[in-house]
Amino acid sequence: MAYYLGVDVGSVSTNLVLIDEEENVQESIYIRTQGNPIKAVQVGMRKLASKNKGDWDVRGVGATGSGRNLAGVIVGADVVKNEITAHAVATLREVPDVQTVLEIGGQDSKIIIIRDGVVTDFAMNTVCAAGTGSFLDQQANRLNIPIEEFGNYALKSKNPVRIAGRCAVFAESDMVHKQQLGHRPEDIIRGLCEALVRNYLNNIAKGKEIRPRIVFQGGVAANAGMKAAFEDALGEEIYIPKHYDVMGALGAALLAKDAQVSKTRFKGFGLSDINFTADSFECNGCPNHCEVVNIKMEGKVIARWGDRCNKWKVVENTVA
Amino acid sequence: MRKVSFPYMGTSYIPFKKLLTSFGNEVVIPPKPTEETISFGTKFAPEFACYPFKIVLGTFVQVLEAGADTLVSSGGVGPCRAGLYTTLQEKILKDLGYEFEMITLEPPGRHFRDLLYNIKKLINAPLTWRDYINITKFVWKQLVLLDKVERLSHKVRPVEVKKGEATKVYKKCVDMIASAEKYGDLREIERECELLYDNIEKRDYEPIKIGIVGEIYVLLEPSSNLEIEEMLGDLGVYVERSMFLSDYTISNAVMDLFHMAGERDVKKTAAPYFKEMCGGHGRESVGNAILFAKRGFDGVIQLSPFTCIPEIVAKSILPTVCRDHKIGFLTISLDEQTGKEGLRTRIEAFVDLLRAKRRRTKSFAVKPQVAKEMA
Repeated sequence: MAYYLGVDVGSVSTNLVLIDEEENVQESIYIRTQGNPIKAVQVGMRKLASKNKGDWDVRGVGATGSGRNLAGVIVGADVVKNEITAHAVATLREVPDVQTVLEIGGQDSKIIIIRDGVVTDFAMNTVCAAGTGSFLDQQANRLNIPIEEFGNYALKSKNPVRIAGRCAVFAESDMVHKQQLGHRPEDIIRGLCEALVRNYLNNIAKGKEIRPRIVFQGGVAANAGMKAAFEDALGEEIYIPKHYDVMGALGAALLAKDAQVSKTRFKGFGLSDINFTADSFECNGCPNHCEVVNIKMEGKVIARWGDRCNKWKVVENTVA
Repeated sequence: MRKVSFPYMGTSYIPFKKLLTSFGNEVVIPPKPTEETISFGTKFAPEFACYPFKIVLGTFVQVLEAGADTLVSSGGVGPCRAGLYTTLQEKILKDLGYEFEMITLEPPGRHFRDLLYNIKKLINAPLTWRDYINITKFVWKQLVLLDKVERLSHKVRPVEVKKGEATKVYKKCVDMIASAEKYGDLREIERECELLYDNIEKRDYEPIKIGIVGEIYVLLEPSSNLEIEEMLGDLGVYVERSMFLSDYTISNAVMDLFHMAGERDVKKTAAPYFKEMCGGHGRESVGNAILFAKRGFDGVIQLSPFTCIPEIVAKSILPTVCRDHKIGFLTISLDEQTGKEGLRTRIEAFVDLLRAKRRRTKSFAVKPQVAKEMA
């Protein structure tokens, strides 16, 4: 049987999804990137291989996420695609009648508008970290509540407190002040969820027509408080797909399958034992002073990017 | 002798240098904005000032360090705060201890005498009328030619077979134009440039067409917009910018002088959505988006410096405009970021969206024919 692998290297998490010919998800792996995308991909591959001794016949690989070019080179991807397209592809397969995708990940959030199965508009937050997973993570940490239970806390609230949501800095100082006044943690958390939803709808979703069916995905979709806040604000039912946390990787796997490559560039499950390194230097060839990055496999440069003039290009970069 | 310098914006330094040298000044050519420029800019500028302000301020620090004693920049009359930027920049730089004269060139329509007085300061050589005519002729030709070779690069880049060739040819053309001495040279160079572009091997393919609108500095200076035009071209997209310096000069200096409405067309076009001017190029952004739609473009990208008020106004109107005219819309907010990945993600997804849209409209258009053949 043929299998297809999707790799999504995001700022906070790195996900791998393996699908079969019928597009069923066979395996899915979610790990933290922790600032080291190369290692995260390798750890993910090792985990995946350990499940079946790497005995899958992988016929195609797709890479996505902000680290997609790096992942593409390391894994040997046939398709390298931006995460907006990848997310849309995955959502359309899981929920064919979707018209709106709300996606909140570790460090960015997006809205994708779909009509008749085609992406017609999208937005991605540009200058703001308020309302993303990292901020929720940080707040959960500060309140000493495990992130997994953070959402359920919000549901317990009967009397949500108003929290400023426009900016992570305002939100945090508001939370601290209200907590010092004696408000209960669940009311503050619920207030935070509402503030983040307000900010999301007012910022990236501004001017977009949100029509059902509405799908909420990305790591933050695990947070029941956020789901409830979205339902309150929109007055619509919010649907969370089964693989909500690995939709990008699933989309990449589906794109790899659709690409129908005759021979995959996949480097094999053994790549977790290969020594990949990256280093960089500043080119002084012109006033641009480009920061050029070398990606090395066993000491040999296999890809290079960052230069504007292509003078340092060594191999066919898989930049789509 | 005056040592004159000015802000860096695209290739405009080439004709400016020629103009100021012909007028008997020594010119300190501003360096292309790099991370060093931006570091100076962000260090000395108010935190909330826009990106163009910071780049220009950084450039001024660099040229003053290189020995310039006169800075020339443009003013403005609209509510856009950029009209007051030279005053603020002068204050900041003098506080830092630099000694220089700031010459602000205001639009001629309302400040004609002031403009003449300021230009006189920059004329430091005995020149005859004939000299003036020759200088103007040469500099104007140089400016127009620079815009022309850039437009050609936008046209050829999406259809080139070997990636990077159009960019290489463009750089070569700019170098040739910069080194020209006489008017006759420029005409020869023009032919040579056309030939160079003609010789690039091209694919037969109808590229997606995207129009770019927005604030003038981030439109004209590629280092401030992460070279978005090149990035789009490499994705196989034909890019057209709503603004080139030669057109801009005509409408804002020449036409303004005679109180003719230079960009009347654009303003008129924008009128159903945008009646009042809001400063900067907000209304032009809306008008140009409509003009792009009417010419059959697939999408519009708006470039705006973070916190730019005129573009914020335009940004809230543009989605409606683009929906009414059935073209895609994407807005990009620019600041001191140098990582390109975020921008690449957005424009890649935008191009995917436009391709899907075109495939759909095309397949609808083709259907009747297929049906006919089947029957």
